[in-house]
Amino acid sequence: MDSRTAILSKIKATRDRRDETARRAAVESRLARPVAGLIPARGQLDPEGRIALFLDMIERTGATHERTAGAEDVPALAARYLRERNLPARLKRGTDPRLKAMGFEREAALSLTEGPSDGSDLAAISHADFAIAETGTLMLLSGPDNPVTLTFLPEHHIVVVRAEDVGGDMEAALARLRMLKGKETMPRTVNFVSGPSRSADIEQTILLGAHGPRALHVIVVG
Amino acid sequence: MELTSPAFKANAARALQDAQLQKALGNVEKGFVAKRAAARQALPEFEALRDQGRALKTHVLEHLDLYLEAYEAKVKASGGHVHWAESAEQAREIILDICRKAEAKTVTKGKSMISEEIDLNTFLEENGIEAVETDLGEYIIQLRHEHPSHIIAPAIHLNKEQVEEDFRRVHTHLPDSRDLSEPVALLSEARAVLRQRYFEADVGITGANFLIAETGSSVIVTNEGNGDLTQSLARVHVVVASIEKIVPTLEDCASILRLLARSATGQDMSVYTTFSTGPRRPEDEDGPEAYHVVLIDNGRTAMLGSEFEEMLRCIRCGACMNHCPVYHAVGGHAYGSVYPGPMGAVLTPSLNGINRSGHLPNASTFCGRCESVCPMKIPLPKMMRHWREREFEKNLTPAATRYGLGFWAFFAKRPALYRRAAGLGMRLLSAFGGEKRRLSRLPLAGGWTDFRDMPAPEGETFVAAFNRQRGA
Repeated sequence: MDSRTAILSKIKATRDRRDETARRAAVESRLARPVAGLIPARGQLDPEGRIALFLDMIERTGATHERTAGAEDVPALAARYLRERNLPARLKRGTDPRLKAMGFEREAALSLTEGPSDGSDLAAISHADFAIAETGTLMLLSGPDNPVTLTFLPEHHIVVVRAEDVGGDMEAALARLRMLKGKETMPRTVNFVSGPSRSADIEQTILLGAHGPRALHVIVVG
Repeated sequence: MELTSPAFKANAARALQDAQLQKALGNVEKGFVAKRAAARQALPEFEALRDQGRALKTHVLEHLDLYLEAYEAKVKASGGHVHWAESAEQAREIILDICRKAEAKTVTKGKSMISEEIDLNTFLEENGIEAVETDLGEYIIQLRHEHPSHIIAPAIHLNKEQVEEDFRRVHTHLPDSRDLSEPVALLSEARAVLRQRYFEADVGITGANFLIAETGSSVIVTNEGNGDLTQSLARVHVVVASIEKIVPTLEDCASILRLLARSATGQDMSVYTTFSTGPRRPEDEDGPEAYHVVLIDNGRTAMLGSEFEEMLRCIRCGACMNHCPVYHAVGGHAYGSVYPGPMGAVLTPSLNGINRSGHLPNASTFCGRCESVCPMKIPLPKMMRHWREREFEKNLTPAATRYGLGFWAFFAKRPALYRRAAGLGMRLLSAFGGEKRRLSRLPLAGGWTDFRDMPAPEGETFVAAFNRQRGA
């Protein structure tokens, strides 16, 4: 008997065999119609309340943030972020059409490159598809226009999220994921990011910048 | 790893004398306990979420075979491969085979307890493949040739001076004059050294906190981001996971995530929660070319249908050991197995046999703190008691304990005699207690009096007091 059959039949032998049909039906219906469980009240706020909570929560993780009315302000804000931290005016980004439409070419001093990171980029900018107020979390989907290496390799990660994409809870983020990708499809990675990289492995002291970005900067648009 | 659980008593005695270890263990109570309490306090729904989590995992275990089948089909549909391993040995062979086919020389690893359980690193090294741990804590203990002493904070038994010593010993390409006195300097050095390794690795191995049946996704939860670099920069991503990691849907995963980080580190959410599904898509510009999942039984199916089935709800948050007075006193290594603390005291005998790990379920005062903080409401003390019963039935309990229990049972079955003997014993001990009302030596109770005085009994027996008060 192969290992797969051996493991599955060992499990079946201990489960209630008489209910096989009922067991199968229970599994099929649960998978066909995913149901959200208990959702805490914390994130169940009006749109402005959600944005305020999201910014408060992500600030507690050590991230910084700002808000602007229009997407066309983002290039100048990104350039200012680099300047204020005395970083070179260089930025890596994917080919996300939302970022491309922002007019980065207007920032003449900013040198912008596109594509995945090879580890040499100090700073990158990505666009999130959703944000979760309850926990201060960004949702990014990997894909040709959003290479996942931009989320983990640069020292500084700037993430843009639209105000209308700030939801209350993770279940709302998952609903958005299903809407964007279709019920049956997943991108290679769905990355939920709550703050800059950190470690407490040495004497339980929390330090930022373990392997991923040392700094996370969120720009809410709208 | 070699099981040293049979030497628990000697291990524990040594740990209690180890000043470095005792200093490091102070961080457990200070850090984890207070942070979890604050996170729990800040979420009024926490207790209801625990009940929901328990029901959810119970449902999964009742339908485990069917969810595994559904999960497997989804992984295949997304272009991944699923391998099944009944034992640790089989799992190691499967992983080695994947590495060989990828012509791998170097493997990077995200933190994974199941890979510790199957002793993967040693096996890969024996077969000429270098395995590099990338989680900071795991990296440190790998340099020291040690095993994790905690399931989420593997190097919690160490102080920063010890880490500095190891870095100076191993990172010889760096100048001796560098300052490593602060943790942040140690972190930066590890970051720089490991960064190169991610790019050199041919295969990246991670564990999984969850496997989602609905989508065929594996989920890792980290704070450092090392697991993501491990799986995104190597050509091949291998996920190792035990079979009970399954959850039905994305929403079910979200429900349990609310419990995991809060119970572990007191965070609302860990920094990086990543759902990975299959290899890179044809149009993707980064990510692994191949995606493998190795599903490991290694003793889990034998727990199903037994009094230890509920242990399979465990999500490896570490709250039980963070709140355990025995763990606080002796640390994780004393347990002599991969899994320390209360969850280890239940799981280790299931995986390695009670005859070699009988000390572990006995290393508990049954104070119940572990069960009270377990996000999955696993009745850990009850299961430790079941192991003690099994041990007794198998005649593995030490002779002194067996005779002692027999002696006590003789009286316990004869209440009148018991009361008289208890009254007599009490008066005797009271008399020997002298003016200080303390006993510094007692026959058959050296295990207590070698370390502290026994207070001499005073007043009357419980039954006498009970009868008097009821009469009053």
